[in-house]
Amino acid sequence: MTDVSTPLSEHMGRPSLFGSPSGRIITLIFMVALLVVPVISHLMGVRLQLVSLDFGTRLVCLAIAAVSLNLILGFGGMISFGHAAYIGIGAFCVGIPAYYGLNSGWLHFPLAIGACTLFALVTGAICLRTKGVYFIMITMAFAQMAYYFFLSLDEYGGDDGLTIYNRSVLNIIDLENKLVLFLLCYVLLLLSIYLVYRIVNSRFGMVIRGCHSNEARMKALGYNTYAYKLTAYVIAGAMCGLAGALLANFQSFISPDMMSWPRSGELMFMVILGGTASLFGPVFGAVVFLILEETLSAYTTYWHLPFGILLVLSVLFIKGGLNGLIQRGWSRG
Amino acid sequence: MSTLFFIQFMNGLQLGILLFLLAAGLTLVFGIMDFVNLAHGSLYMVGAFFCATLTFWTGSFPLAVLLALILTGLVGLILEMGVIRHLYQRDHLDHVLATFGFILIADTLVHILWGPQGIAIPLPEYLRGQVEILPGIIFPTYRLVIICSGLLVAAGLYWLIGRTRLGMLIRAGASNRTMVGALGIDIKTLFTAVFALGAVLAGLAGMLIAPITEASIGMGNDIIITAFVVIIVGGIGSMKGAFIAALLIGLIDTLGRSYLGDLLQYVIPLHAAETAGPAVSSMLIYIIMALVLALRPQGLFPPKVR
Repeated sequence: MTDVSTPLSEHMGRPSLFGSPSGRIITLIFMVALLVVPVISHLMGVRLQLVSLDFGTRLVCLAIAAVSLNLILGFGGMISFGHAAYIGIGAFCVGIPAYYGLNSGWLHFPLAIGACTLFALVTGAICLRTKGVYFIMITMAFAQMAYYFFLSLDEYGGDDGLTIYNRSVLNIIDLENKLVLFLLCYVLLLLSIYLVYRIVNSRFGMVIRGCHSNEARMKALGYNTYAYKLTAYVIAGAMCGLAGALLANFQSFISPDMMSWPRSGELMFMVILGGTASLFGPVFGAVVFLILEETLSAYTTYWHLPFGILLVLSVLFIKGGLNGLIQRGWSRG
Repeated sequence: MSTLFFIQFMNGLQLGILLFLLAAGLTLVFGIMDFVNLAHGSLYMVGAFFCATLTFWTGSFPLAVLLALILTGLVGLILEMGVIRHLYQRDHLDHVLATFGFILIADTLVHILWGPQGIAIPLPEYLRGQVEILPGIIFPTYRLVIICSGLLVAAGLYWLIGRTRLGMLIRAGASNRTMVGALGIDIKTLFTAVFALGAVLAGLAGMLIAPITEASIGMGNDIIITAFVVIIVGGIGSMKGAFIAALLIGLIDTLGRSYLGDLLQYVIPLHAAETAGPAVSSMLIYIIMALVLALRPQGLFPPKVR
């Protein structure tokens, strides 16, 4: 592939697990802090929202969703504007069985992953026939469909949402214990990052990233790019469904609002802010997003204003996201 | 039944007209600048709020609309020259994110300036009544005004795009903007003019609907998604497509909400139809969009690109 005229760009570099040697240290410290800070503050009983276990759990759940979106958006170049749908579907796969008194996690989690796989397979098969802005809009359209579908289910609360009284029961893993729930989410976050790492460095992942750089060339090389992209799309959907199921367990309250289109926009923002096509970028993005949300909304009810301005500025001026800043800034300094 | 159907048909037409006003600007901006503007709905909202305040200041609704149109156009102008101009070269992802940021900014600014409550716009006496448009069928005057003014604007746009020099440049820009630039046309000014035109149209839509629904925060966020459905179904960049698709989507959405539940009863059991009716009718336009994209990804009336 070295003799082709156009350079295959940065997408084809081998994303290592931690990035550059200097970035590696920061990433490692960051991930350890993400685990240790909420746990310690919980054990010591610190009453500060930003370091609380609840905040940490929500953060880790959304980070899993962002990591899954990054697989298709960052590495695959498939700009999905409807990724929040999978969070919602995953959440309702916990909520609806729980409504009928079926509390087994061995039902909830496979159901969430299964339902999202199916939804991703059907919608992805249609969405991937389109490109560019059409793809953005059709993924959004399907998410809106899911949103209105759950909105119209009056039996399960409709607009008012649904309260989950019992968390999923997973034998020895007691999710009613907040610490256990957080640790489970954290482990699953690490597993999803590792899964994405294995995927993007595999032959399959090379094809996906090749499609991002130059799909026509991948087709010319004889790959059925449609099938590869659809597979990646389904994997991302299933991962995000898991995130949704975890989030439902944490919040104990779900509503269709979890999948409305501004939520999808926020997920995209996390990925872009953190840095697309980087393994830990989406986690950075999720952390910064949630901290911004939490602190700004504590200072002012008008927190969307500074937040929106930051969003516009970050699009205008930050290239490669926070991950890019960490990797570059360190090696220059 | 037939009277009710006619009224619903007119309501659908009214929604279609509003959607067209929004979609026209969206499709122009996308067709010519290749720019995805999620914040287009904010201009719709801003227009409605300008109009509300000006109605109270001037005491005249038509005068307020006129002034508010100018103000909304100015907002569009400033927005384009300040930020959006720098985003044309970026990819669609950046467009979506930056304009998503603008939605947040606009919603909060309106919240700060006008407060959290919606503002109702009082209509002048002569627009409040009802008219008998067909024997035995009474329809609110103002809704008729919306439909007629929308059709007038559509005709005006048809003339502007088909018969004027600016329209010629717009059409040329939509089919090949690099070539237009190479021919020595001042692309920057053209882009700004088109963006401001889109802003004015969106603002007009907001002003027209505000006396019925009142001007409220976030009023643009739902309808903008529907307007995107319209331009995708119609074919991005095509004015004709936007017009036909807007009327189609407006009618299908309105009539679907009224009659789909009844129709479903013939196919599935009654209690199932009662639950499925609202669900399917609110998903209907998205189902249509998905169908169109699956069968004809370029939309129903794609512009000719050379």
